[in-house]
Amino acid sequence: MNVVTLSQIQFAATGMFHWIFVPLTLGLSIMTAWMETKYVTTGDETWLRMTKFWGKLFLINFALGVVTGITMEFQFGLNWSEYSRYVGDIFGAPLAIEATLAFFLESVFIGVWIFGWNKISKKAHLTTIWLAAVATNVSALIILLANAWMQKPVGYLIRNNRAEMNDFLAVLTNGYGWIKFIHTLLSGYALAAFLIMGVSAWHLLRNNEKDFFVRSFRLAAVWAFVASVGVAITGDMHAVEIARFQPSKFAAMESQWETKRGVGMNLLLFPDVARECNSIEQICIPNALSVLAFHDANAEIKGLKDFPPELRPPVTPTFLSFRLMVGLGTFMILASLAAIFVSRSKNFSDNRAFLTLMVFAIPAPYLAEQFGWLVAEFGRQPWIVYGVLKTADAVSRSITSTQVILSLIGFTVLYGLLGAIDIFLLVKYAKKGPDKDVSSIINVQGRA
Amino acid sequence: MDVSIFQIIWFVLWGVLWAVYFMLDGFVLGTGFLAGFLAKNDTEKRVLINTVGPVWDGNEVWLITAGGATFAAFPTTYALMFSNLYSALVLLLFALIVRGVSFEFRSKLDSAVWRKSWDLAIIVSSFLPALLFGVAFGNIFKGIPMKNDFATLSFSYDGSLIGLLNPYGLVTGVLFVLLFAVHGALYAAIKTTGDLSSRSADLANKLWLPLLVVAVAFLGYTYPATKLFDNYLKVPVLLIVPLVAVISLLLVKVFAVKGALHKSFLFSCLTILFVVFTGVTGLFPNLIPSNIDPASNLTIFNSSSSLLTLKIMTVVAAICVPTVICYKIWVYRIFRERVTDKDVLENSDAY
Repeated sequence: MNVVTLSQIQFAATGMFHWIFVPLTLGLSIMTAWMETKYVTTGDETWLRMTKFWGKLFLINFALGVVTGITMEFQFGLNWSEYSRYVGDIFGAPLAIEATLAFFLESVFIGVWIFGWNKISKKAHLTTIWLAAVATNVSALIILLANAWMQKPVGYLIRNNRAEMNDFLAVLTNGYGWIKFIHTLLSGYALAAFLIMGVSAWHLLRNNEKDFFVRSFRLAAVWAFVASVGVAITGDMHAVEIARFQPSKFAAMESQWETKRGVGMNLLLFPDVARECNSIEQICIPNALSVLAFHDANAEIKGLKDFPPELRPPVTPTFLSFRLMVGLGTFMILASLAAIFVSRSKNFSDNRAFLTLMVFAIPAPYLAEQFGWLVAEFGRQPWIVYGVLKTADAVSRSITSTQVILSLIGFTVLYGLLGAIDIFLLVKYAKKGPDKDVSSIINVQGRA
Repeated sequence: MDVSIFQIIWFVLWGVLWAVYFMLDGFVLGTGFLAGFLAKNDTEKRVLINTVGPVWDGNEVWLITAGGATFAAFPTTYALMFSNLYSALVLLLFALIVRGVSFEFRSKLDSAVWRKSWDLAIIVSSFLPALLFGVAFGNIFKGIPMKNDFATLSFSYDGSLIGLLNPYGLVTGVLFVLLFAVHGALYAAIKTTGDLSSRSADLANKLWLPLLVVAVAFLGYTYPATKLFDNYLKVPVLLIVPLVAVISLLLVKVFAVKGALHKSFLFSCLTILFVVFTGVTGLFPNLIPSNIDPASNLTIFNSSSSLLTLKIMTVVAAICVPTVICYKIWVYRIFRERVTDKDVLENSDAY
């Protein structure tokens, strides 16, 4: 394999691994902050125990998200130095801003939150988790604005053999990035809420700490539903942007080969790339795709055949990832809606079938997150910056395939090991349940 | 304003970010690779890890910021530095990843095998970055075998991982290791109590002489091995920078012997800052020189971003960096007390 393919595999592997941990950080940081707020405002000790228990899972997960993030920043230079040189003038700025604005805030105040329980007042302590949580969310915004520039480049001109920024505001207000940010953020909230529901269900099936886990479950059910619906709405808005600005990605997502007006959507569909058509096309909803893409039943959709084969994204993976993501998202809306009603019924904790379902639902949002990343990145190929720079031209020239094979092996072994340990610890602490006694914290927290 | 003003501003910031990173992560790395030798039992090890617990992550962000600033202000340097030094930086990355999770994971299981494994991981993953950063900066001071043509955009590099382990690179590597060792031992001494604290102070005292010897060797070797002295010969007043480094290093010992360990640590901070400034001042206006072709040097002029980007980044830095420094000082004040056995055993979130 050549350096380009190997570097792509490495970037995908390290990026997707990083992306196992980040959505939970985004969601659980806010939910933990919410729980601590309830504790500080009501004084109810159960909220404190919830903060400590879910916060512990948050921290175990957070550690791996942080350290694997360093890899992402370094890799632009390591493997994609032509990219870095070509777009650094415009792409480097958000990365530097993310570090100075968000990463410092996040890492410094997480430290205070972990170690500061007995050292600062209740309110100051509450402030630290909110600062850290908001900072994680802000970092997601900045990095997605950077990614949005790769998808829909704005505010630049080609000068001095590279892309130079000429309108910073355009980069910051790139609508593509903002919609993607809200879509991604809400998906993280939904993922965290499904994790809370799943772990709570596991304990309720064993009759552990009934009050504690029923309260956690009910709170998470509402979060999960609102967030999942929000994900669908912003997903629809995002699809409109993609149809307008990245027609080849949209065509691959929908496996649409011919350019037509008033295109319908086939519920059963499978692409046949070699013959440039679909091998299965069944149960068509008339005009649905045109409505989805442009909110107009007669709108024209560009088909893949409008693009020369070398400018098409890999159709089957893009198409499959998209369908799977949407399917899982739909399941999440239905499951969380059911969870709201079931968790308010009288004998909720005896409903073993539903509780078991919710335990097994934990991986659903995780898979949806991964498929979402795949749609976004597969769909952009063969471009690294859509319409501006090809991935194949972006790779470092001074590295050899042997070097990348060795680093890829290293990452695989190291990440595999750390991932297994992290999941082992998450499961262990999730099963252990909340600490009974939190009095040591409350006593000392009486101090101003 | 002219673009060169901003290029110079960002050169200074670039040097400051690296220097502050080494000053702050220096004691975390040093405490990390010494923890296994300083501590006599599990609780003492945990005390040492918890002295850096609340701050290590925030300190590491200075590295991310230094990297991000290089990317934003000098994208060509960022691109060529990282890709040319690929293997060394990947190793560094592995070490930093392991170091971070080790702190978080170590105390999460009450098993001797588990904790011993993480102890080993902490030693290796703290030692390796100290050495590799030193080797990397030694090679940057010296120049790396690259040929760059900025007009035709042809860039080539003729080095290897083994090539980086040249004598000057290794001397700088050992210098960094010893700087961080003394720094970390002093930090441990002022952040712990009783026997552990005095053992740490003893170690700092003992390591100081080897540090001095290597520092002198480094300064002497720098003359034939690099072009760093050119700037000092041109503008002799700049010699104040290495002078501050040398005086600080001597004061580290003076105060350590007296038992004034806080002052000693403070001068250890200054030593690290000014050792980095010494190198960076000598580099100017190069960021990374080439040792085979002066025209191939990556300078602040041929590798920088556009004027607009530099201006925007200057505004961002002017707002964010002072803010960060303010809240970091506040955080260091919150955790100014020494860490005791009790702190570690009673806090369920302690590392």
